[in-house]
Amino acid sequence: MLKNISNLGDAALYCDFGIQVNKATNLEVIKYFNTIREKKIKGINNLTPSYNKLIISFDLRVTNFSEIKKKIENLDTTIEQNKNNKKIEVPVCCEENFALDRDRLEKKLNLSYQEILTKFFDKEYFCYMTGFIAGMPFLGDIDENLRTQRLKTPRVKVPQGSVGITEQFANIYTFDSPGGWNIIGNTPLKVFDDSKEKDPNLINPGDTIIFKKISRQEYESKNDR
Amino acid sequence: MRVKMIGNYFEILRGGINTTFQDKGRENLYHIGIPFSGVMDNRNFLLANKLVGNHLTAPVIEFAYQGPHLKYTGDKLNFVITGDVIFKIKKKDNEIDGVCYQSYHLENGDEINIISTNKSVYGYFAIGSEIDLNFQWNSCSINTKANIGSNNGKKLDSGQKINLLKINSDKTLKKVNYINSKIENIRVIKGTNFDYFSDEGKKIFFEKEFVVSKLSDRMGMRLEGPKIENIINTNIKSEGLVKGVIQVPADGNPIIMLSDHGTVGGYPKIGVVVSVDYDRLVQLAPGSKVKFQEIELSDAETLFKLYEMETKNLLSQI
Repeated sequence: MLKNISNLGDAALYCDFGIQVNKATNLEVIKYFNTIREKKIKGINNLTPSYNKLIISFDLRVTNFSEIKKKIENLDTTIEQNKNNKKIEVPVCCEENFALDRDRLEKKLNLSYQEILTKFFDKEYFCYMTGFIAGMPFLGDIDENLRTQRLKTPRVKVPQGSVGITEQFANIYTFDSPGGWNIIGNTPLKVFDDSKEKDPNLINPGDTIIFKKISRQEYESKNDR
Repeated sequence: MRVKMIGNYFEILRGGINTTFQDKGRENLYHIGIPFSGVMDNRNFLLANKLVGNHLTAPVIEFAYQGPHLKYTGDKLNFVITGDVIFKIKKKDNEIDGVCYQSYHLENGDEINIISTNKSVYGYFAIGSEIDLNFQWNSCSINTKANIGSNNGKKLDSGQKINLLKINSDKTLKKVNYINSKIENIRVIKGTNFDYFSDEGKKIFFEKEFVVSKLSDRMGMRLEGPKIENIINTNIKSEGLVKGVIQVPADGNPIIMLSDHGTVGGYPKIGVVVSVDYDRLVQLAPGSKVKFQEIELSDAETLFKLYEMETKNLLSQI
């Protein structure tokens, strides 16, 4: 449920769907996101859905906070939407050079790497949102025994394709990027393809992801980046 | 098929520190993680294009601190530089000091050497011609972090060429009187996590001076000063960001989100810089001292309208 709308500065709405981070709350965020997108409301120039928030940016030269707020409050979100959510398999290689935080995770979680991987692979994860860097999916929820904090000092450069975990979430680094998530492996898949203007993201909010463990050899043969 | 005119081009003798093609930026892509990008200083961008007779939102070359040194080959055209910029124009026999907000003719063999911005950060070089550029999501804007935009998403470098497609037929020289005003008080609206900070922290935020750090770029401006104490949580669940958001991470130093900012972030938002101050905010060079001043939404909206009217008025004088 949309609980509250406030202003984030003078050119954005901050829509709060409650403090709970779960699939039900996030589906509500995505429903608003899709409905507003289809409506093509004049002046809105960006929508940023996340776990439990939706930020609506607008062009202050065209409209203002109270105008957009009124439109969002009167929005009919009951209309059935085209759900074309996908189920996507993501191959991940966890061999050396890829599993950057193997030692750290074994120690933190008090599990062998084999146990960690067994708890991580072949399960369905839900895509809550994409962002931070282009196409990066935020997936969840991972097994309760795999949950740990970010690195104290983030890496300056996490390699492209790295699969990371932190708290209840997993993600995929679509570019070489700074970052503090615990890296368990690397995927050869191209998760963001900027040659496709229409649909550059392989994974979109609402999609289901299943990670599949692959060998080094399979990794090399599948590498399409 | 695009017809390429042969012979009209700039050769880049020196790329400069961070020289990129920019335009109005790209909309409706935050949800896939692509920032707005586009020019940092919108008013100087519009003035530059108007002064050479381009569409107001045509691609321009944006540079930071030291700009490019360029050599031109081709038919006569107009160019202009806006901002607070020191540059030289080298003709056959003489070299002249350039003046901003005044267009010049450029002829075969001439050179432009953009030496530096003066107590500011960004300057704009507009060419009275269509430039041969790749567009991604309707924008040429280069985002060097995600390698998106023209020039394969990379900054311009020495040895490269900038090819021109169609030189503007009107070559009347134009100028406008304009002086960039400096900003010391950055006006902000309280952020959605304002209450995460201690009373002392809130007081510091609105009363003390902060210094712009060297670690500032098109993504964000880092500030240094007295630490702003967080009493709730130094992390929030990642959520959307917009231009101007001031995040305060665990170290207590504020970071202001600028045009190439990450689309989501997990640090508490203490405030948001209002739209009217954005153009002047980005021009604050490292070492500049600033203070934050609270403002109400309705006042921010009125001030922005006035600023837009002022911009329109300036454009109408050209």
